[in-house]
Amino acid sequence: MSTEPLIVAMRQIVKVYPNGLRANDHVTFEVRPREIHALVGENGAGKSTLMKILYGLEKPTAGAIYLRDQLVHIDSPHTAIALGIGMVHQNFMLVPSFTIAENVVLGAEPLRGGVLDRKAAIAITRELSRRYGLEVDPEATVDAVPVGVRQRVEILKALYRGAEILILDEPTAVLTPQETQELFAAIRQLVDNGKTVIFISHKLREVKEISDRVSVMRNARMVDTVETASVSEEQIARMMVGREVFLQVHKPPLQRGEPVLQVRDLEYVSDAGVEVLKRVSFNVYAGEILGIAGVEGNGQTELVEVIAGLRRAVSGCVLLGGVDITRASPRQVRRAGAAHIPEDRLTNGVALSATIAENLIVDRFEQPPFTRGLLMQPRHIAQHAERLIEQFAIRAPSAELQVGMLSGGNMQKVVLARELSARPKLLIAAQPTRGVDIGASEFIYDQLVRARNDGVAVLLVSADLSEVMALSDRIAVMKDGRLTAIFSNTPHLSEEEIGYYMLGVKHMSAEEIAANW
Amino acid sequence: MEQVLNVVFSTAFLAAVLRVSTPLILPALGGLISELGGVINIALEGIMLIAACAGVLVSVWTRSAGLGLLAGLALGTLTSLVLAFFHLNLKADLILAAIALNLLASGGTIFVVYLVTGDKSSTSRLVSGQMPFLRDIIPTIADLPTIGPILNQNILTYAAFVLTAAVAFFLYRTRPGVHLRAVGENPEAARSVGIDVRRMQYLALILSGALAALGGVYLSMGYVKFFARDMTGGRGFIALAAIYLGARHPLGVLVAALVFGAAEALAIQLGNLRVPTQLVQIIPYAATIIALVLYAIAQRQRVAARQRKFRQAA
Ligand SMILES: Nc1ncnc2c1ncn2[C@@H]1O[C@H](COP(=O)(O)OP(=O)(O)OP(=O)(O)O)[C@@H](O)[C@H]1O
Ligand SMILES: [Mg+2]
Repeated sequence: MSTEPLIVAMRQIVKVYPNGLRANDHVTFEVRPREIHALVGENGAGKSTLMKILYGLEKPTAGAIYLRDQLVHIDSPHTAIALGIGMVHQNFMLVPSFTIAENVVLGAEPLRGGVLDRKAAIAITRELSRRYGLEVDPEATVDAVPVGVRQRVEILKALYRGAEILILDEPTAVLTPQETQELFAAIRQLVDNGKTVIFISHKLREVKEISDRVSVMRNARMVDTVETASVSEEQIARMMVGREVFLQVHKPPLQRGEPVLQVRDLEYVSDAGVEVLKRVSFNVYAGEILGIAGVEGNGQTELVEVIAGLRRAVSGCVLLGGVDITRASPRQVRRAGAAHIPEDRLTNGVALSATIAENLIVDRFEQPPFTRGLLMQPRHIAQHAERLIEQFAIRAPSAELQVGMLSGGNMQKVVLARELSARPKLLIAAQPTRGVDIGASEFIYDQLVRARNDGVAVLLVSADLSEVMALSDRIAVMKDGRLTAIFSNTPHLSEEEIGYYMLGVKHMSAEEIAANW
Repeated sequence: MEQVLNVVFSTAFLAAVLRVSTPLILPALGGLISELGGVINIALEGIMLIAACAGVLVSVWTRSAGLGLLAGLALGTLTSLVLAFFHLNLKADLILAAIALNLLASGGTIFVVYLVTGDKSSTSRLVSGQMPFLRDIIPTIADLPTIGPILNQNILTYAAFVLTAAVAFFLYRTRPGVHLRAVGENPEAARSVGIDVRRMQYLALILSGALAALGGVYLSMGYVKFFARDMTGGRGFIALAAIYLGARHPLGVLVAALVFGAAEALAIQLGNLRVPTQLVQIIPYAATIIALVLYAIAQRQRVAARQRKFRQAA
C-alpha cells in the first residue's frame, strides 16, 4: 500500500440519541482516497447515523473524525460541505417546484450584480452533467422527472459544492436495474475524476459489483472492513446477520382456490391527463401469489392504488370476493377484505409522528377490543403492539416510540405486522422489501408465502425481478399501462424471457392473456 | 339594474376599486411571502390594526404623517417579530399565537385610544395626518379629464403596485427570496444545503408584518383620517384568501385582491342606491367565498376535461 493518508478516519465514534438509544458504539471507520467503499448492515445497525455524523447532521456523543490525518470538528452540513463532503440522503432533499438547475445551485447560487444568474446556473449544471456523465435537463422541474433523475440531481448538487467525498445512502433502493447500471457508470467516472465514494446498500450483489472494500456493521458496532474481492456474498451476509441467511423460497405445491380479486378492463387517467392504465384485466386466486413484473413507471403504482381505493378508476371494474370495490374508499376496500403494503411507506404506510402502537391499529382503532363505547382501551392497544413487535421482530425499545425514529427496515416491519394481522382475503404487497435488509427480506418472503399457504390471495408488485420470480405462482408483466403477458408455468420461465416482455420486445395476444386470467 | 351598470362603468368606480383594493393588496403580498416561507401569517388583521392605530396617534402627536407611517410600520413589524419569536424560538403553535395577537390587537388598540382620547370607538376627535395623494405632489393631475380622478390616488396605492413587482423580484430573482421559497417547500432540503431555516422564516414573517402594516397605515391615514375600533373589518383575512385565489404568485395575488376590491367598491356604491345595506355589506365576503368555490370547481373541471379528452382519444 502507498503511504497516502486515509481520506476519512472516524475513530471510536459513539452516538447515543436523546431517547437513550445507542446507535453507534465505538465505531471506527476508515476510507482510502479514490476508493468505492461499501457500508452494509442490517436495518437499524447504525449506518445512516454514522454517515449523518460525518456529514454534520448529528453530533457524535464521543469519538474523533480525521480528514487526511487532520482532526476536524464537523458541527453542521455547512462545515462538511466546506471540507469537501457531500451526501445523497436516503430520502431525497430536493425542492420539487424548482428546476433542476435551481436545485443544483441552491444555497450557493451564482449572482450577477446581486441578482440570481439563471443562465449561469443552467450552464454550470449542464457542464457538471456532461463532465460526470449524469444526464439531466437543467430546465425541467424536479417534480416532473423520475426518481433516477432526481438522484442524479442530488449527486450534481454535491459535486457543485466541491465534494471530494461523496456519501450515497441506499442510492439504488429506488432505482430500476437500468438506472442502477447508469448510476454505477457515473460512480466509476467520479472515481476516475479523483473522488471518493461511500456507498450504503442492502443489495449484496451490487456491493460485490461496485465496491473496492466493504465495511460491515451489526448492532451499532463495526464488525469488520475487508477487501470486497476476498469475500463472497454469503460471507458478507453472515457477517451482517451473525448467522446463515437463505433467500431461497420454499413453497408447498399450489392449492389454488376461488378467484378473490377480479379486475376487468380497468382504465385510469392521471390528474395530469396521462392515460396510465389501459384495459387491464386479471384475477388473483385464493392461495396463490400473482407477481407483477415490469420496469417501474409502467402503471404498477397506479394499478395498486386504484385497487386499494387511493385513486379513482375512469372505467372498468374491480371485484373483491364478489363485491364491487371499483369506487370504494380505502376503508371500504379494507372492510371488503383487502390489506395493502404500500410502496411509499413514508407517506402511505405509516404516520411518522405517531407511536408504533398507534400505527399498528390505525386500520381498526374503532373496533373492539381497541375501542369500547367511546373510549380507547390503552391496555389492549399496548398488548396488541407488544405481541406484534415480538412476532415480527421489530427492533424498537418500546411500543411508545415514534415510528419516525425507526430505521427504514423496521418501519416496513410495522406496516407488514399491521397488514398481515388484519387477516385479509387479499394482500397487496407493493415493493415489500425495498430498503429492507436481507435478514428482514427473508422474513418478509416467509410471511408472504405463509399467507399464501393459508389461502390468502397475494398480489405482489416489485421492481426486483428476482423477487417476483422467486415468490410468484403466476407472473404478469406490465408495460406502458397494459398487461402484456400472464404466465402460469413459472418454474420454466427464465429472467431473460420475462425481460423481453418487460422491454416490450414481445407481447402475448389478448386471447392468450385472457386464457391465463 | 341600469343604475348599477352606470355605477360599475364610471371612472369613479375604477378609482374606488384602486382605493379599496390597496388595503387588500398590501397584506396579501405580506401573507404570500409568509405562506411561501412555510409560516403563514394569520395575524395580518391584527398587525394592520396595530399599525393603523399607531400611525394615527403618532402623526397626531408629532404632527407628521411621515413619522406616523414610520411608527405604524415599526410597530406592525415588531408585532410580527413577536409572532416569529413565539413560533420559531418558543415553538408555540403558529396559528394559535396569531389568533392571540389578533385578539390582543383588537382590544389593545381601542384601549390605547380610550386612554389617549377618552373615546371608546374612534379617534375622530383628533386631527390625524394623512399620507399624500398624487395631487399633493403633482397638483395639475386632478384636473385631467376622465383619468384625473383615477390617477389621483394615495401614494400608498402606488406603493402597493410597485411593491407587487418588488415582491415578485425578491421571491424569484434574489438569493434570500429563493432561499425563503425553498425553506417553505422543503425545509429539510434547505437545511441540508446550509440554509438557515429559522432565519429565513424570521425574514418571511417580518416582511409579511411590514407589508400588512403598510396596509394598516393606509386604512387610517389615506383611505380615511382616523382610527376606528376594528376598522380593518376582516381585510387581513380576505387577504389570506387572495393568496390562494392568486395561485400563490405575486401577480395572481394582485389580481385576486383587485377582484375582492371591486366587490367591496360595488358594495360601497350600491350603498348610495336604495339597496338594503345589510345585503350590500356582505358582498365582499360573499365574493370571497364564491371566488374560492369557483376556483376549486374550475380546477376540478380542468382535470375532468383532460380525462374525458383521453377517454375519447382511446
Ligand atoms: N432521531 C433519532 N432518534 C432516536 N433514535 C434514532 C433516530 N434516528 C435513528 N434512530 C435509531 O438509531 C438506530 C440506527 O438507525 P440508522 O438509521 O442509523 O440505521 P441504518 O443502519 O441506517 O438502518 P436502515 O438500513 O434501515 O436504513 C435505529 O435503531 C433507529 O431506530
Ligand atoms: Mg439508513
